[in-house]
Amino acid sequence: MLNEKIHTGPVETPKTVQETAPVVELPVQYPKSESNAQDIVKVVNLSKQFDGIEVLRDINLTIKKGDVVSILGSSGSGKSTLLRCMNWLEQPERGSIHLGDERIGINPATRKPLKYKELAKIRERIGMVFQSFNLWPHLTVLRNVMEALLHVKKMPKVEAEKIARAQLEKVGMSHKLDSYPSMLSGGQKQRVAIARALAMEPEVLLFDEPTSALDPELVDEVLTVMQSLSKEGYTMVVVTHEMEFARNVSSQVVFLEKGILIEKCPPEKFFTHPDSPRVRQFLKLDGA
Amino acid sequence: MTEWEIIWQQREIFISGFGNTFALFFAGSIASFILGVTLLYTLENGSKGVKGSVILVINMMRTLPFLILAYLLYYGLPQAGIRMDAFTAGLISLSLYHGTYFCEIFRGIRKGLDSGQMEAAQACGFSRFKTFTRIIIPNVLLRSLPLIANQLIICLKDTAFLCIITVGEITAAANSIQSTYFIPLNAFIVAIALYWIISIAIEQVSKITLNKVQDRGLSHA
Repeated sequence: MLNEKIHTGPVETPKTVQETAPVVELPVQYPKSESNAQDIVKVVNLSKQFDGIEVLRDINLTIKKGDVVSILGSSGSGKSTLLRCMNWLEQPERGSIHLGDERIGINPATRKPLKYKELAKIRERIGMVFQSFNLWPHLTVLRNVMEALLHVKKMPKVEAEKIARAQLEKVGMSHKLDSYPSMLSGGQKQRVAIARALAMEPEVLLFDEPTSALDPELVDEVLTVMQSLSKEGYTMVVVTHEMEFARNVSSQVVFLEKGILIEKCPPEKFFTHPDSPRVRQFLKLDGA
Repeated sequence: MTEWEIIWQQREIFISGFGNTFALFFAGSIASFILGVTLLYTLENGSKGVKGSVILVINMMRTLPFLILAYLLYYGLPQAGIRMDAFTAGLISLSLYHGTYFCEIFRGIRKGLDSGQMEAAQACGFSRFKTFTRIIIPNVLLRSLPLIANQLIICLKDTAFLCIITVGEITAAANSIQSTYFIPLNAFIVAIALYWIISIAIEQVSKITLNKVQDRGLSHA
């Protein structure tokens, strides 16, 4: 509306035109006006290929503050790839991903890839928990959690240690501060990995099949921690095969099939009367 | 006068030879270690062109006999107007040669590292440099300890070649004594013993470090 007025209004002097020019361009460069303040992550028309095979097709997904989104789908459906695109561990060919008002991976003004350092700045705000834990084996539990605080946030040691101890307490790992990752069980490792992600105070937490590498007995201790995080209001995106978790903890369930998002709804609907026949089949809802 | 008494009388030559060998080995291994780490960094973060040329240089250096490199630096370079004393030429050739070997060791270990660790660092917002210094290097070094010890012993033994470009190290000392007094057996036995002393020290230090690392299941940085 504003733009129209400027364009249709009488052009008086070249000076006025110059002054108004930046105002005209602003909405084009920064699509702030479209995004809701509550939207933490926004995925728009995302497509990704691996060697010519499309693994993600035109994905659209908005994640609001406090949302716990479970991404379900059979193996190879592209769910992990979608999650990894969200912090640019994988680079999509088309579409865009936004964290708050910032675009991830691409400079919106120049349309060129972000420099590694600029990317790192955004990644600081996104926590990630991996299937295979990916703890640093040469560091103790406490140091694993402190490391990014010290060397990414450049925090003083005393402060970093305080935060690390508090986060490890939260995940129930205070008794293992001086252990090395090789001495821990899978469930313990994953809880340390969660503490490591939490310590950075991320705006969103990404979980890439956090319980898939665990013994069935150890799954619960990790899920319990994740459930308590959701109660604290953390925004979480969880790629998982744990149906119980998706059903009881998440606020949205997303189903991917061959790289296409075919269902997105609250868990109550997803697990009882989903729209897609494929989801009904996946959940064996139709019997037989 | 027995042969061993001659050796004892001429001990000054052996002592200074031992000093030179140790100095060459010590400075050379530190310099080649630093070179190896630096080369690994360029392989990690350099552009494709840089990586390609680093690998080319490494392969050229590794396929070169060490003695030729020492000859080239000491006898060849003066022709191009670059002169240095035998010790310096020896030290530089030792560092260059073993630096590329160190890099090759690190490169192999680096390839075997689980990429998840680096991804975790990336996801936490680590810069490339910090990922290298805080995550890659500690892991690579801890895992390559036995290979490093082995390379250090080869480095020590390569100092013996430098007697040919007139560096007064252990082998040169033994050689001068045996040719003056015609007691090659005794002279070379002493030389061997002196090399053993340094080698055993290297082995011990590496064993102690390795034990510490294993106690902690791949330990501290």
